Amino acid sequence: WILGVFFMFLLLFLCCVGGKCELQESKPAPQTNLPTVKPFPNEAQAFPNEERASLPVFTMDYPRIQVPFEFTLWVLLASFAKIGFHIYHKITIWIPESCLLITIGLIVGAIMHAVKEEPPAVLSSNVFFLYMLPPIVLDSGYFIPTRPFFENIGTVLWYAVVGTLWNSIGIGLSLFAICQFEVFGLQDISLQENLLFASIISAVDPVAALNVFEDIGVNEQMYIVIFGEGLFNDAVTVALSSMFTFLADMPIVESTDVFLGVARFFVVAAGGVLFGLLFGFVAAFTTRFTHNVRQIEPLFVFMYSYLAYLGAECFSISSVLAIVTCAITMKYYVEENVSQRSCTTIRHVVKMLATVSETLIFFFLGVVTITITEHEWNWAYIMFTLLFAFIWRGIGILVLTQIINPFRTIQFNFKDQFGLAYGGLRGAICFALVFTLPDTINRKNLFVTASIAIIIVTVFIQGISIRPIVEYINIRRTNKDLHTINVEVHTRVMEHVVCGIEDLCGQWSHYYWKDKFKKFNDRILRRILLRDNRAESSIVSLYKKLELQNAIELLDTPMGDLSAAPSMVSLHDERKEASRPKKMFLTADVRKMHDILSKNMYKIRQKTMAYTNKYNLPDDSRTREILIRRHASIRRSVRASSFREPSEQNIPKSQKYYSLQPGGDLETAFALRRRSHGDGLQFSGASPHSSSRSLVPMRKLNTIKESGTVLDERGPGSLGGSSLRGRRAPVPASRRRSSDWVDEDPTDSERTGERDEPVRPPQLPPPRGWLPENQDPGGNEAGNPLLRHSSKGS
Amino acid sequence: MGSSNSSVNNIPNAQELMQETGFSAAHILRLHERFEFLDKHKCGQLRPQDFGAVQELALNPIGDSIISAFFSPGQETVDFASFVRILAHFRPTDRNQSRDGAQQEPANSSIRKLKFAFQMYDQDRDGKISRAELLQVLRAMLGIQVTEEQLQSIAERAIQEADLDRDDAISFDEFRKSLEKVDIDHKMSIRFLR
Repeated sequence: WILGVFFMFLLLFLCCVGGKCELQESKPAPQTNLPTVKPFPNEAQAFPNEERASLPVFTMDYPRIQVPFEFTLWVLLASFAKIGFHIYHKITIWIPESCLLITIGLIVGAIMHAVKEEPPAVLSSNVFFLYMLPPIVLDSGYFIPTRPFFENIGTVLWYAVVGTLWNSIGIGLSLFAICQFEVFGLQDISLQENLLFASIISAVDPVAALNVFEDIGVNEQMYIVIFGEGLFNDAVTVALSSMFTFLADMPIVESTDVFLGVARFFVVAAGGVLFGLLFGFVAAFTTRFTHNVRQIEPLFVFMYSYLAYLGAECFSISSVLAIVTCAITMKYYVEENVSQRSCTTIRHVVKMLATVSETLIFFFLGVVTITITEHEWNWAYIMFTLLFAFIWRGIGILVLTQIINPFRTIQFNFKDQFGLAYGGLRGAICFALVFTLPDTINRKNLFVTASIAIIIVTVFIQGISIRPIVEYINIRRTNKDLHTINVEVHTRVMEHVVCGIEDLCGQWSHYYWKDKFKKFNDRILRRILLRDNRAESSIVSLYKKLELQNAIELLDTPMGDLSAAPSMVSLHDERKEASRPKKMFLTADVRKMHDILSKNMYKIRQKTMAYTNKYNLPDDSRTREILIRRHASIRRSVRASSFREPSEQNIPKSQKYYSLQPGGDLETAFALRRRSHGDGLQFSGASPHSSSRSLVPMRKLNTIKESGTVLDERGPGSLGGSSLRGRRAPVPASRRRSSDWVDEDPTDSERTGERDEPVRPPQLPPPRGWLPENQDPGGNEAGNPLLRHSSKGS
Repeated sequence: MGSSNSSVNNIPNAQELMQETGFSAAHILRLHERFEFLDKHKCGQLRPQDFGAVQELALNPIGDSIISAFFSPGQETVDFASFVRILAHFRPTDRNQSRDGAQQEPANSSIRKLKFAFQMYDQDRDGKISRAELLQVLRAMLGIQVTEEQLQSIAERAIQEADLDRDDAISFDEFRKSLEKVDIDHKMSIRFLR
């Protein structure tokens, strides 16, 4: 807290000093740096003589670095603000980040105003549209959840386009009606200007609402509709506002103009999409050849998308659509072509740029609010704008939903609609657009003031209140039935089952087009655009990604214990089962259990995968957990008995089962093992089709403890660190003898000798070595998360 | 992509399957295409690894249990008929369906659905959910933040609530009783399989 505030003040001070210095330095600077200049030779005193002779030891040339320096300071300042409010977590739950940023901006603005300092005049139209907007839109487009998006694309477009139009026209006309009243003194605002203003403030920026929705866990459809709407109405707003700006200059608007406007809209939209597709494909194609220049791979992503944006701007077609389409197209192919590190880099840089951009905009909003001298406040206009914005959005959502609900498989009920309507906060785009209005509009200051007012009101009031309201609505729903623990668990299991079966059946709803596209994709596009066109089953690529990303992280996080602890304790538990006394539970206990369940049970598929928080990278830690668990838990199949191996004396009582994923072929049935105790520790042999890059996923250690205590039993070496090392090199697929596996085990068996159950080796092909790509020296240990915890335990 | 009867007839036993499961010809066709898609080796049977190739299933916490439910004890592969029969459990129930006692229980009755859910827990098919089995499923479903003790208490509580005959395990009847307030038909149906 205090640190953040301190830093802010420090920087602010620097800014002011910098600003003042600028004025003073400009005079001595030329003299000290150019001793040879003699402006007034007649007035030469002893001074200049000396100056000429001596070499300046210490000079300061502020103007030279001024621009980049101040820019960096501002960015730093804004980032410190972000650090500041993340120190205290609870704040960001209740108050959306945009609020906080604006507040900080207001404070800084107030300070600057007090010291009579001018804010940097950087927020010009060019700067905004060419430098600040692209990263934000790229971020939205890159992290869009594509499957739900395309499934709901009709709805999204409907709300974005028609909704924005409805809002703009509605608000514009109402305001125009208000302006007609002489009492408000607004007569000089023409219809075009009203429409222009209305189109600007219809731009919805639901970031804060999205965060809340994601935390609450609204259904996927609602999330994606709000997300898509926020994204696409940027495009619509920009198009509309440029159109209205154009029209605002014209004294009379004819019907042909309106018609042309509509036509132009389509040109703009279609052109943007085509542009984006073009650049996306070119980018994908380029990355096909970049395997030798891995370091600059991320560059292509950014350059191509920026090119798409600029090209579209050049032709005055929708640059937002262009960059979004480019990102969507690119992402799929590029992420398959580039290396893992480049992939991570791209994601991080996209997020970073977007966050910086957005932070700066909100920050400036705060600063400019205070320091702008030409505010024009007109109570009537502003109040009515607020009122109409709210009303028209509410009505709009209602009407639009009524119309489109019949076409949807999953319909929006009233709660959803309320959420949609209330989530319509205004944000950065609105501010930037209004700020960059041409000065020919004579009431520009009023518009600026009005938009700032609206943004601040919606962001603060709606942003802060949306969480309690949504929670309230939801809470009423779930408190109706008092579930038992059983019901809660079983219903979640059933939800998972249904999700799983749905996934098994494949996507049925828009089957036809998706299938066609998939065929086209597999046959033509992938061949051209991907370097490595083996039809990898998606599980392989996903496993690969997760493994590579997380192999080392596992060592550092408690998750390293993930695979060991459960197994062990389950056996532990079994032993105690008989002797456990009957435990009575208090209601408080039960309530706590419900709490634990509701917080920690994995949500079903859509929520696990699809959502992204705008300020964070996609969180796949849960996915990771599930995958690791799945790896670690040995798949149970009912064919247990048929897999018993009679005897493997070479592998006596070793209890270590390594669940390794052979990358090789799966012709050999994967094994299951069932311990006779029935605690069900088994192998997961599910392995997809071969790729020459094999995977060695999590290894699981089952350590059975005779007596209570936990991890320390297994000696470190016994974890097969040694045997793992032997497996470093990739093993050719032809080796299928389980004897190979067996060979490595005797080393283990010596160290542990206490087990009494027969061990059945798996009939897996021997474990493969590490993926060739993983060159980390720590890779070996990384492969065995348990190596780490054993060393911890020893 | 219609339900051309000729292609349906290419599928062996299509008519019987339709009769037995209640799927329409179009669905059978669709399922058959899906089956062939999953059957990468074109051998007419599915193996567990074919199921495993579905990415979302891998990310399902109880994905393994779901997969193993397709395989009857002792079988290593699943043919199309079994595939369809199991999927038939998830058809939405026809509310207006009137059954006389002589008719066989339809594949998508509530009992069948419940049995499928029961199988998620009861992997060894002994008709009871033991404490260990319950724990296993719980463990798979909860994040890692949950400690082992909490898991134990939750499992303990669950068994206490449901176990009426005090055998420290949940039988199918007890399971059914504990879920009597839940709309099974709604929860365990997949809309597009209607």
